[in-house]
Amino acid sequence: MAVAGTSGTGTRSTGSMVAAASTNNVTSFQRRGPRASGADSGCSRLVSIAGTRRSVRNGQLLVSTGLPALDQFLGGGLAVGTVLLIEEDKYNIYSPLLFNYFLAEGIVSGHALLVASAKEDPADILQKLPAPLIDHSYKKECDEDICGHKMESDIKMKIAWRYQLFPKMEGRPVLSSGFGHDYDISKRIPQELIETSKWHGFFLPEKISSTFNVESCSLTSGYMKLLQFIQNIIYEEGFDGSNPQKKQKNILRIGIQNLGSPLWGDDICCAENCDASHSLTKFLYILRALLRTSLSACIITVPTHLIQNKAVIARVTNLSDTVVGLESFIGSEKETNPLYKDYHGLIHIRQIPRLNNLIYDISDVKDLAFKLKKKLFTIEIGSPISSSLASLIAQLVKNPPAMRKTSVPFLGREDPLEKAKVTHSSILAWRIPWTVHGVAKSWT
Amino acid sequence: MAWSWEALWEWNAGKKPAQLRVQGPRPCARLCACAECNRSARFIGCGQRNCACALLPRVPVWWVLPSSLRSIRDSPSSHPGPPCVLELGMFPELNNLLNTTPEGAEQGKLTLLCDAKTDGSFLVHHFLSFYLKANCKVCLVALIQSFSHYNIVGQKLGVSLTAARERGQLVVLEGLKSGVDVFFRPREEPHPLQFLREANAGDLQPLYAFVRDALQPVDSGEAAWRCPVLLVDDLSVLLSLGVGPVAVLDFVHYCRATVCQEWKGNVVCLVHDSGDTEDEESDVLLNGLSHQSHLILRAEGLATGFCKDVHGQLRILWRRPLQPTTHRDRSLTYQYKIQDKSVSFFAKGMSPAVL
Repeated sequence: MAVAGTSGTGTRSTGSMVAAASTNNVTSFQRRGPRASGADSGCSRLVSIAGTRRSVRNGQLLVSTGLPALDQFLGGGLAVGTVLLIEEDKYNIYSPLLFNYFLAEGIVSGHALLVASAKEDPADILQKLPAPLIDHSYKKECDEDICGHKMESDIKMKIAWRYQLFPKMEGRPVLSSGFGHDYDISKRIPQELIETSKWHGFFLPEKISSTFNVESCSLTSGYMKLLQFIQNIIYEEGFDGSNPQKKQKNILRIGIQNLGSPLWGDDICCAENCDASHSLTKFLYILRALLRTSLSACIITVPTHLIQNKAVIARVTNLSDTVVGLESFIGSEKETNPLYKDYHGLIHIRQIPRLNNLIYDISDVKDLAFKLKKKLFTIEIGSPISSSLASLIAQLVKNPPAMRKTSVPFLGREDPLEKAKVTHSSILAWRIPWTVHGVAKSWT
Repeated sequence: MAWSWEALWEWNAGKKPAQLRVQGPRPCARLCACAECNRSARFIGCGQRNCACALLPRVPVWWVLPSSLRSIRDSPSSHPGPPCVLELGMFPELNNLLNTTPEGAEQGKLTLLCDAKTDGSFLVHHFLSFYLKANCKVCLVALIQSFSHYNIVGQKLGVSLTAARERGQLVVLEGLKSGVDVFFRPREEPHPLQFLREANAGDLQPLYAFVRDALQPVDSGEAAWRCPVLLVDDLSVLLSLGVGPVAVLDFVHYCRATVCQEWKGNVVCLVHDSGDTEDEESDVLLNGLSHQSHLILRAEGLATGFCKDVHGQLRILWRRPLQPTTHRDRSLTYQYKIQDKSVSFFAKGMSPAVL
C-alpha cells in the first residue's frame, strides 16, 4: 500500500532521472575537460551541464553546433573553450543558417547567449531562429514529472534510495536534455523560448556612439568594445569560475557575425595593404584567451572571400580552432555541373584542433556537400566519382537507347524485381567504356 | 613491448637463411647494422644510404642476413639490446633519428621547428618532455595553448608538468592567461606581453627579461639542473599580434646570446611556414632563423594531400651555422604517423599500411 505507492512514484521519477542521467552521460570515465578548472577542481564528482557531452576520445567537454551532421564531422561537437570559424560563402546565404543553428541550439539547451553583430540587431536575429523539432511524447512526460515532483518531493525513496542523490528536474523549462537537435527552418522559434532564455546582445551602432576612453591599442574601436563587453559578461555571470556561489554551471555561446567586414571598422576586406592589418588577428587572440579561461564556445563568420591578403587568411585560420568553409554553387560554373545538381554547395572542413591530445578525430571523407531543403539543411558525403557513376547508370536504366520506343508506363511504385531485371540487361548490353569489368561483375 | 635481440633471434629461427625480413614489434622498426649506427644499437628507418655499412653489403636495409645478425650479436661493441623504448617517455623513434638521448643532449644549440601545411606541435611536446627527462631547467613560452594542454599531453609522454613546475624545473609563461590580464587590467610595471596593449609593438625586451630571469642559473652551490632550455611555442603568433619580424629576430638573437652562448643552454622555437600565401614577414622570420639554427626539423604535409596512414613528412637538417660549410649539411627525410601516445617514423613509402 504505502510501500507500493512510494515505489510506484519512485520508479516513475527514477525512470525520468535515469533518462536524464543517461543523456547527460554521467560515467566514471570522465576527465577534467573544461579549462575553467578554478571552481570545480576540487570536487570529485563532475558536474554535468545540460546540452553538453564528453568526447569519447579524450573526455573533452563538447557542445553541439546545432547540426548533428556537422557535429559528426567535427569529432562529436564543438569543444568548449574553442572558436568555430565559418568562412562565409560568396553571397552570405548559407553561413547565417549555420550561425542561427548554433544559437538555436543554445536556446534549446538552456545555455546563455551572447550575440554580436554590426549589421543586424541581435533581437531581430533571435526572432529569426529556426524552431526545434521536439519530441512531443517526451514533453508530455516532462510535464507529468514536474507535477509529480511537486507532490512527492518530500517522500524519501526506500527502495531505490540511490537515485535520490541525482538532481531533480530544474525549475528552468528545458525542452530536452539531449545533445544535438533537429530544427525546422520554415518555422520560427516560439517566442516563449526566447523569453525564457538568457541572452546578451551587442549591436555595434548602438555601442559605438557612446564615448569611450581612447586606448592606444592597435585594435579598432569596434573590436575593443566587443572584447570588453564579452569580458564583462564572462566575469559578471561567472563563466570563468570567478563566482563560486553559482552552483549551476552553464555554457556561454558567443556568436559574432561578419567579423572582419568593413561594418566593424576593419579594412582588411578593402585593401591589400591596410593600416590595421593586425586588428583582426589580435582580436582573435584575445578572444581565444577569453574562451580558454571560461566555459564558453564561440562561432564567428568571416567573409574570407573578401580578404585580399592571403597571409591574413592564413593567420586568421591559425588563430582559430575549428575552421569550416562554405562554398556555394550560386553564380559559379559548378552550378551547371551535373555532378553537383542535387546540392547547393560544398563544405570544406579546413582545420580541426588537437586539444589535450596529439591526435584528433578526423573523418576519412573529405568531400562534403550541403543541400538546403525546405525544412532542413543537410550535409551529405558526395564523392564525385561514385555519384557520377551512379547517375550514369541511372540514366542508362531510365532510357537505354534500344528500349526508348517501348517505354514502360510508370505506374507508381516500381517492382524492384523488374527494376533489377532491367538494370541487369542494360548493363550487359551497354558496355561502359572507361570502367573495368568490375562494374559488370558486381551487378551479376 | 620491449624488443630484445633474443626475441628477434627466436622469431627469425624458423625462416629461410638466405633472406630474412627483420621486423620489430612495430613494423616500421628497421634494423641497420652499420658501424656508425651500431654505437647505440638503435633503429633507423634508413631510406637514405647514408650509413657507412661496415658489416653488411649494400642490401636494402631491412633485409639482414642471419650470419650478420649473429656477428652483430656476438661482437663486443654491440649493446646487449636496445633499451626498452617505452621507458624513455618522449618519442623514442625521434630520439633515434636525431641520434640523441636525454643523457647526452647537446648544449648551446638553436633548434628550429617549422611546419608547413600541417601541425608541427607534436615536435614541441617531444622536446618539452625530452628536456624535462634530461633534467634541464626549461622555460616554456606557451603563447598559443593553455598549460593544461601541454600537461595532459605530457602525461601521455611520461612527464608531469605540474610536478616539474612545483619543483622549480619548469617555468611557464601562459600567453593566453596573462594576455587577458595585460589587456583588460593594465598595470604600470612592465609585463612580458605588454606589446598587446601597444599600438605599434616596439620590441620584445620585457619578454626577453622574463626569459632571462626565469633561466638565470642560481648560484646556490649545488648544480640542480643541467642546462637551461628555452622553448617557444610559437613565434609566428607574435607576428599576428603586431610584432615585426625584425623584433622577433632580435628577441631570438638575445635569447641565443644569453642562453646558448653564455649559459650553454639550448633554444627551441616553432615557426609556421606560410608556404605560398605570400606572407613576407613570415618568410623573413623563417629565413633568418634557418640561418642561425643548428638543427631544423620541418614537418610538412604530404604533397598529394590527406592520407589516413601517413600524416606527413619530417625533414631533419643538421647545420653548422658558425663554421664554413665545407661539407654538405646532413639531411634526412622520414614520413610519420601520429598515434595516441607516440609518433612512428618510417622511410618514405615504407608506411606499414602500404607494405
